[in-house]
Amino acid sequence: MDKIKSIEELRKLREHAKQSLKTRQGEAKVKILISMGTVGIAAGARDVLMAIIDELEKRNFTDAQIIERGSLGLDLEEPVVAIDMGGELIYYGKVTPEMARTIVAQHIINGQIVSDWVIAKGNKK
Amino acid sequence: MKERSLIDKLHEVQNGSKENYISKSEALKVSKRSKTPLAEIYGVLTFYTLFSEKPRGKHIIRVCRSLSCHMADANKIIGKLKETLGINVGETTFDKEFTLEESSCLGMCSVSPALMIDDIPFGNVEIDEIPEIIKKVKGGEL
Amino acid sequence: MKIFRIHALICAGAQCLAAGGNGFEDALKAELKKHDLDEEVSLVETGCMGACQLGPLLVVYPEGVMYTKVKPEDAKEIVEEHFLKGRPVRRLMWKGEKAELPNLSEIPFFAKQTKIVLRNCGIINPEDINEYIAQDGYEALSKALFEMTPQDVVQVMKDSGLRGRGGAGFPTGLKWELAFKQISDQKYIICNADEGDPGAYMDRSVLEGDPHSVLEGMAIAGYATGASKGYIYVRAEYPLAVKRLEVAIKQAKEAGLLGKNILGSSFSFDIELRMGAGAFVCGEETALINSIEGNRGEPKKKPPFPVVKGLFGKPTVINNVETLANVPVVIEKGSKFLRQFGTEKSPGTKVFALAGKVNITGLVEVPLGTPLRTIVFDIGGGVPESHSFKAAQTGGPSGGVIPAKHLDVPMDYENLPALGTIMGSGGLIVMDEKSCMVDVAKFFLKFTVDESCGKCVPCREGTKQMLEILEHISNGKGEKGDIEKLEKMGNLIKLTSLCGLGQTAPNPVLSTIRYFRDEYEEHINNKSCPSNICKIEGGKNERKVAHRQTA
Repeated sequence: MDKIKSIEELRKLREHAKQSLKTRQGEAKVKILISMGTVGIAAGARDVLMAIIDELEKRNFTDAQIIERGSLGLDLEEPVVAIDMGGELIYYGKVTPEMARTIVAQHIINGQIVSDWVIAKGNKK
Repeated sequence: MKERSLIDKLHEVQNGSKENYISKSEALKVSKRSKTPLAEIYGVLTFYTLFSEKPRGKHIIRVCRSLSCHMADANKIIGKLKETLGINVGETTFDKEFTLEESSCLGMCSVSPALMIDDIPFGNVEIDEIPEIIKKVKGGEL
Repeated sequence: MKIFRIHALICAGAQCLAAGGNGFEDALKAELKKHDLDEEVSLVETGCMGACQLGPLLVVYPEGVMYTKVKPEDAKEIVEEHFLKGRPVRRLMWKGEKAELPNLSEIPFFAKQTKIVLRNCGIINPEDINEYIAQDGYEALSKALFEMTPQDVVQVMKDSGLRGRGGAGFPTGLKWELAFKQISDQKYIICNADEGDPGAYMDRSVLEGDPHSVLEGMAIAGYATGASKGYIYVRAEYPLAVKRLEVAIKQAKEAGLLGKNILGSSFSFDIELRMGAGAFVCGEETALINSIEGNRGEPKKKPPFPVVKGLFGKPTVINNVETLANVPVVIEKGSKFLRQFGTEKSPGTKVFALAGKVNITGLVEVPLGTPLRTIVFDIGGGVPESHSFKAAQTGGPSGGVIPAKHLDVPMDYENLPALGTIMGSGGLIVMDEKSCMVDVAKFFLKFTVDESCGKCVPCREGTKQMLEILEHISNGKGEKGDIEKLEKMGNLIKLTSLCGLGQTAPNPVLSTIRYFRDEYEEHINNKSCPSNICKIEGGKNERKVAHRQTA
């Protein structure tokens, strides 16, 4: 590690370091729930998961928690991705890796729900 | 910073010795190098319980004898160790592998009874595990 | 920036390791590799999480659930079910029977604690300075160096009300002020990490789990008092703590947070480690100084106090590990912060090492003034079923016992001495009806007799005589008048011993006599041990004793 030469440098380093610890803080702006039940995995949920992580990394967005759930009960729509943000829970169905990237860019980063792909809405539990 | 203290030097000598102790010749060397009278070296060496003037085994077993471990029947652990190794507390096995010692609190009160073999901690020790642990340490598996 | 969707925190405190933590971690690593999850799961070794009896421990985020007593064979299920399929394994989880996934913060053991000293333990990797910095580490030091004068720092410490956590409870700010006022070409800061009290491992956990908090505390102390060099005197029985400290010091130096011109300021501070060698008395500050100087660890007469004439004859501030871990928080958050917790005379929190006959043993941090009952029953889960609480021993070999009738005593520096015990460093051993108080007193006295340095007569000879009497009593050879003899000798030794070891050595005896005199009388008059622990020949319980396995 290089010598930190000023208080400003220390604070900058801290901001950066805080991002990687976000997952341990318990709270995040966005919760991304991915159904990883047997059907989900069979339908390709892991590739969707990888795409989401990759897109978040590309855009340097770390204020998100990625939570796997068992099947969300919507087998016909697998892979299912739910976005929990700002009190709203939005379910997307038949998500492909490409769709996942768009969801990240549009919904998570820009706050615009991709209505065409929404299969259900719910209240935050 | 001030140069290393006598205690650090003695630790170094002891850790470097094959028989885990500080021999008279080593003590003399330390005395000459640090220009300290030999009596003073021995005064320090004998004051601290972790230093030994007598040769010891390759592995030092320290069984915690503080209250929490005492309440968890550390007595039985010592008994089993004595039986397995065939030695008493403070003694070394014939093949010079192990020395059995009692220790003050190791700070592992939640996993009592506890012991340390060299720097490796063992917690929740059960009598039946002891022969196996000794075997593993002897075989260099740990 | 790399995103790990799962953070798997493995407790790498000494007790979890002793319970098999290494084996589990290796198995977990193998399973992650097998399923190609290394890039998605961040495996972090942290310091002590506190629930030491339930180790090895694994905490998984973002859910925040805790797996307890994990074995190598469990790794496969955890990885396949939880990490891959999102089905956390309830049967291995603490409070897994709850309907909703039990987040750590909801489990009473953790929920009822206030973690200030242990703020980072169990959350960060102690061998990565970046994680300490992320948790606002070194912010306090930079604030002190660039926004405060040394006098400001001293004043904040005084106003905070922080008292030494090593046992004496001396106001930290006052100690720093006394050192600040000394005029000398060299001053020193010493961290007393010679945690010798049997049953106490709070300091060890801080050193292993959050070493930078101590380094930062020492640097701030150095700035405030005008010291440029610090020593950490650590027990040789804590090899893991030594290792973590070495790593931390190296990283801090590389980052310019220790050494010459810290953060580009004109302040320089260097820290070195010094090892103990197995002498309890070296926890006493003048004996400690002697030990660092390379001598026999014998205490010296006070005055002069170390703040005036200490290490190598120079003004020296000696602070305990827990005290120093509080310092960055006080400086960063201001003098009023600690006063939100604890009592007026004892603000802040105290870490206790809860051990003995209690359901959940481990490290517990609570505001000072918390009743003993809360710690033992609400947090520790009470005494195991079909047993009853008899007494709690505090303060190690310098302390006494608190019987059941005083379970509601607030744990602070005023109330405990009134009961005949002391706070001490934080050891808290719970005893049930099966414990013999004579045996407990004998046990502690044996320890102090062993550890007495031998310099002064009252301690060297007096404690030995007391021990002899206790041994007679517990062997069934006690005589009428023995209890009175113990009381007289005990009080005399307390008054006349040279240092704290001797001055407090009689406490366990005097305290157990105060509350359990009847047990002593039973041993003496009826030659019997009510708890069946003491081996009394020819006594009422001899038959039972004879069948017990001898060691």
